[in-house]
Amino acid sequence: MAEAAAVAHDDHHYTSTGLNSWKLGFWTLIGSECLFFGTLISTYMVYKGQSIVGPFSGEIFDIPLTTVSTFVLLMSSLAMVLALDGVQRGSRKLSMIWLGVVILLGATFLGFQVYEFSHFYHEGLGLDTNLLGSSFYVLTGFHGTHVFFGVVWLTTLWVMSARGKLPPSKALNVEIAGLYWHFVDIVWIVIFVLVYLIQ
Amino acid sequence: MSVATDTAAAPHTAHHGEPTGLWSWITTVDHKRIGVMYFLTSVFFLLVGGLEALLIRIQLFKPENDFISAELYNQLFTMHGTTMIFLVAMPMAVAFFNYVVPLQIGARDVAFPRLNALSYWIYLFGGLYLNASWFVGAAPNTSWVGYANLTSTQFSPGLNVDFWVLGLSILGVSSIMGGVNFITTIINLRAPGMKLMRMPLFTWMTFVTSFLLITALPVIAVALIMLAFDRFFSANFFNVAAGGDPVLWQHLFWIFGHPEVYILVLPAFGVISDVIPAFSRKPLFGYPVVVYAGVLIGFIGWGVWSHHMFTSGLGPIADSFFVATTMIIAIPTGVKIFNWMATMWGGAIRFTTAMNFAIGLVALFTVGGLSGVMHASAPVDLQQHDSYFVVAHFHYVIVGGILLGMFSGLYYWFPKVTGRYMSEKLGAWHFWSTLIGFNLTFFPMHFSGMFGMPRRTWTYQSELGVEFYNQLSTIGGFMLGVSTLIMLYNVIKSARSGAPAGSNPWGAPTLEWSIPSPPHHYNFPSLPEVRSREPMWHDAEREAIEAVTLAEPESEPVMPGPSFWPIVVASGVTATWALVMTGVWWVPLIGLAYTTFGVFMWAFEDPFKHLKSSH
Repeated sequence: MAEAAAVAHDDHHYTSTGLNSWKLGFWTLIGSECLFFGTLISTYMVYKGQSIVGPFSGEIFDIPLTTVSTFVLLMSSLAMVLALDGVQRGSRKLSMIWLGVVILLGATFLGFQVYEFSHFYHEGLGLDTNLLGSSFYVLTGFHGTHVFFGVVWLTTLWVMSARGKLPPSKALNVEIAGLYWHFVDIVWIVIFVLVYLIQ
Repeated sequence: MSVATDTAAAPHTAHHGEPTGLWSWITTVDHKRIGVMYFLTSVFFLLVGGLEALLIRIQLFKPENDFISAELYNQLFTMHGTTMIFLVAMPMAVAFFNYVVPLQIGARDVAFPRLNALSYWIYLFGGLYLNASWFVGAAPNTSWVGYANLTSTQFSPGLNVDFWVLGLSILGVSSIMGGVNFITTIINLRAPGMKLMRMPLFTWMTFVTSFLLITALPVIAVALIMLAFDRFFSANFFNVAAGGDPVLWQHLFWIFGHPEVYILVLPAFGVISDVIPAFSRKPLFGYPVVVYAGVLIGFIGWGVWSHHMFTSGLGPIADSFFVATTMIIAIPTGVKIFNWMATMWGGAIRFTTAMNFAIGLVALFTVGGLSGVMHASAPVDLQQHDSYFVVAHFHYVIVGGILLGMFSGLYYWFPKVTGRYMSEKLGAWHFWSTLIGFNLTFFPMHFSGMFGMPRRTWTYQSELGVEFYNQLSTIGGFMLGVSTLIMLYNVIKSARSGAPAGSNPWGAPTLEWSIPSPPHHYNFPSLPEVRSREPMWHDAEREAIEAVTLAEPESEPVMPGPSFWPIVVASGVTATWALVMTGVWWVPLIGLAYTTFGVFMWAFEDPFKHLKSSH
């Protein structure tokens, strides 16, 4: 403990647990986000099958298509891990490649979602059509918004990397963006199972 | 008062390198200044909410009064409740979190100082936005619980509910960020040796409250989002014609709303758990039990929400479950009350104003707790629901519990903040006028409620026989108003010319009393090493700590510099939400673009740039 105390006197990066405060704070925020999505998902589940007029979920959901977009998002998490590895190794090339892949896959997922929304809309499902429209669009829309912010965030990191401003000493920035990205990915897996697969 | 004699008053130390002026407050990231701003803002809103209450009391002074219209009455009680909960009780507690917690754990600031400033500015702007509704004559009017589907555009077509749903969404952002900040601060920024089970109780309760903040607020956020989509974009969440269920709103609101009760009361419990030992000259009786009771309240607080909904018809099984959990949660609360009494037992008690308010809390909160256990029973609740009995109950909890705790904290920590005592003479006037005025206002409400006077109704008939009780309540209400003005006068007068106080004016045991009053902007020249729960009560430990904390350092610790991006981002967040009012989907994106700009500038700002430019 004496060693910890000595560190405390000199270094303002000292923390009681040894964990980085940004990382800890971000985990806390993710905890909060769990309740946020938990409430949205619960609302969807409560209203499942309660719509009075169609279109109903069984009529319009396209499971194969959403499976592909789910796969895309899952793979982006893999790329995220490799991007962090690249930054930690100090390889600008690997960092830029893998961050770029995450961004592309994230954007592809968003593209699927835009297609899906417009497709459903043309099938007659608006936000105001029935309970499915309200609870589906708001839940998946908020998830999509999270993905969008993730893409903006990662693009910022990509630009930093391209300018050589993402050395291994700043790997924590990428790690925290990765925490966010993986979290958003996991939320999608829950949504995919509860909303699409279990009808 | 003789309490000043145990520690020699220290001379006022000049503050090194601390800027002054309005701009320095706007850009400050210092947790102490943010705490002061939180407190002053919450007192301002206390006056606003109090004025609303007094107008209500004038209206109810006699039967069938026409002092104000039914419509204005609806706006007044809605804004009174919303203001007192979200703009007074919560932020006043956050004021103490800010000022006190870093000092108690031996930290130089919170973990995220700029985020802290952002929380404050969002709170201020959100509060102003909510109250701006008065100026367009459309204040929220569907009560602080805003039950669906009264809040639908069909039944509430005006701007009133728009202000409410958007204003509360803005405030929620502030609370969640505050929770994240304080959890991280308390876990990560404790001084060496400050183990969790050595933390002062106020820090502990801040910790528990912060967890409740980050978990309860997202639930109401989603409920508000759903309501906003219903109102602005014609979604169907609470549209009965489309199969929507208004009871869903009740569940979501109270899943937030009941933890919210503990968000409000646990900080007050924390304050008096520090005040009572300090003025009894005894360590807190059963420290671990008081900590665990607080944690347990935090957990069980999540399982009692439907006791607000016994009249909604959830069925006997659900009702029985929530009757049981509600009665169970009285146990840890009762444990705390007995621990406070046992702390005082045999202690050398000094009846300062801070201690008086703390004891007042123990007594009055117990009254509110007992009436709470009464309507924990579903059959009893069916009689009392929506009557003035319930109004009496929660005012005993919120005013008798929370506000008294906050006042106790004010008198206790004021010397630390300003280096001056508050006037004990005015304090006695403040305390006794509060105590008498409070009981005169709210005790008769038990009776008016029992005799059948409904809540949220703008007048009553003389045949109901509740005129006398209402007159008592109104007289008491005005006494409370006067007592608040006495407090305000005391704060202003004492800040200017109070008796100078030293570093530890009360002879209190915890770490915030080891540094000068007022503290340096960096709090601790170097971090002290803590070896016990009451470091200032063990002579050897105190001397070792004070050798570190009272020393004038040769070079000052490096602190993050001022930033104006928090206020920019806060204005952006508020503008984004407020622009949703237009009902055009792309208009809020303008606010979002502005916010994004602020966030990027913030992210790439070097908090230590002020050091580089001066060299």
